[in-house]
Amino acid sequence: MSDQDTKLGAWAKFKALPIDSTPKTLLVAFSLCLFCSMIVSGAAVYLKPVQEANKALDKKKNVLQVAGLYSPDVDIDEVFKQIEIKIVDLKTGRYTDVVNAQTYDQKAASKDPSMSIVLTNDPASIKRQAKYASVYIVPTSDGSIDKIILPIHGYGLWSTLYGFIAIKSDGNEIAGLQFYEQGETPGLGAEVDNPIWRAKWPGQKVYGDDGKVKISVSKNPKPAGEAGRFHVDALAGATLTSRGVDNLVKFWMGEQGFKLFLDNLKNGSL
Amino acid sequence: MADSNKKLVLDPLIDNNPITLQVLGVCSALAVTSSLKVALVMAIAVTLVTAFSSFFISLIRNSIPSSIRIIVQMVIIASLVILVDQMLKAYAFEVSKTLSVFVGLIITNCIVMGRAEAFAMQNPPVASFVDGIGNGLGYGLVLLLVGIVRELFGSGKLFGFEILPTVSNGGWYVPNGLLLLPPSAFFVIGMLIWAFRTWKPKQVEPADFKIVVQSEGH
Repeated sequence: MSDQDTKLGAWAKFKALPIDSTPKTLLVAFSLCLFCSMIVSGAAVYLKPVQEANKALDKKKNVLQVAGLYSPDVDIDEVFKQIEIKIVDLKTGRYTDVVNAQTYDQKAASKDPSMSIVLTNDPASIKRQAKYASVYIVPTSDGSIDKIILPIHGYGLWSTLYGFIAIKSDGNEIAGLQFYEQGETPGLGAEVDNPIWRAKWPGQKVYGDDGKVKISVSKNPKPAGEAGRFHVDALAGATLTSRGVDNLVKFWMGEQGFKLFLDNLKNGSL
Repeated sequence: MADSNKKLVLDPLIDNNPITLQVLGVCSALAVTSSLKVALVMAIAVTLVTAFSSFFISLIRNSIPSSIRIIVQMVIIASLVILVDQMLKAYAFEVSKTLSVFVGLIITNCIVMGRAEAFAMQNPPVASFVDGIGNGLGYGLVLLLVGIVRELFGSGKLFGFEILPTVSNGGWYVPNGLLLLPPSAFFVIGMLIWAFRTWKPKQVEPADFKIVVQSEGH
């Protein structure tokens, strides 16, 4: 018998095996897995650019929303052009150009050991904090600063909440707060997305006269008068999410966050 | 053939509905019915996955070794679900954000696997495809009915448009918050099953036990 005959013989023998035999079972399993994995990874690779574009657009939309520039019929990319993106070095509180503002990804940077620091004092439970933060500057019509939009994030009950806080040019008054990514309990903690609750933020103040962070999310009744401007009602039935929001706002507005930058902004020493 | 295909599509709508009669896929019906838009997307996704998974499984049904048939079905279903998830993320980003984890959970939807095992393994591809469409539509019908009740009475809206002006927006309707929470879907589905079985008494199952009044003096 020549080699070819043995091969043909083996193939014929294989074909004659019942479907339930071990070699045929292995062949079916292997070829099915190979085929399906090619389809799945093909789709993932092919659709990735579209998905990334969606994510970027969604982030821009959230920046516009917190800046009060968004309505459903605006062209997001067009409106976003007037917003200036800058990078702030959180250590000095000044602008820096060590990274490209257009392409910098703060979320990725906070996971990169060379781009981030490990937090020892970590009330927002984020473990690592990026050294540089992207800030979005909304100009007035005459070119001066109207609002500054700062990225904030921290842990709630189940998930890390990612969002933006908009601060007026006095570096103190809040113009808006919004989370674009969160996985809190629907109907309870997820009410951080509720427009009625979000409407409690604009007009409130972050820092007291002594320059310390005074804003708090609290279940206590809102104090009357000026003291009420440092108070935001906690969400009903969502104690832990509210506490998370309280912690993360205090953290990002504090010394480890954007306080230095906002002080510089106030003193005009940027 | 045309007649039997029609039967395959229409039967699962009322007479052999996967949720109300076969009581499959109830878990996801709880999760995605608090708003109609999400329910509709979920219904379309499940219909597509059921139809195509039945089609492909039926196509290779004669080469599937019975010892690994469940795994083979799962691999095909899972691949299709990932495909749907990726498509949604690319072309319906907002919806995919609301559906989030539930798209992935189509894999565990008993209807998909139930139809693969009960129908596609014994029937030719086209009939299996049609059967998948029919069962997906039956599931979708219940999803939409539950979604209408929950969204209308839970938040006074349908497809996000205000129908009953709620008190918090200056109207008169006090929304029933319970309807927004998953357990409420149990009540709505229960009532739906009751309604279906009153309409079609044939669907009522015979009692497993008979209640007997015990004689006194034992």
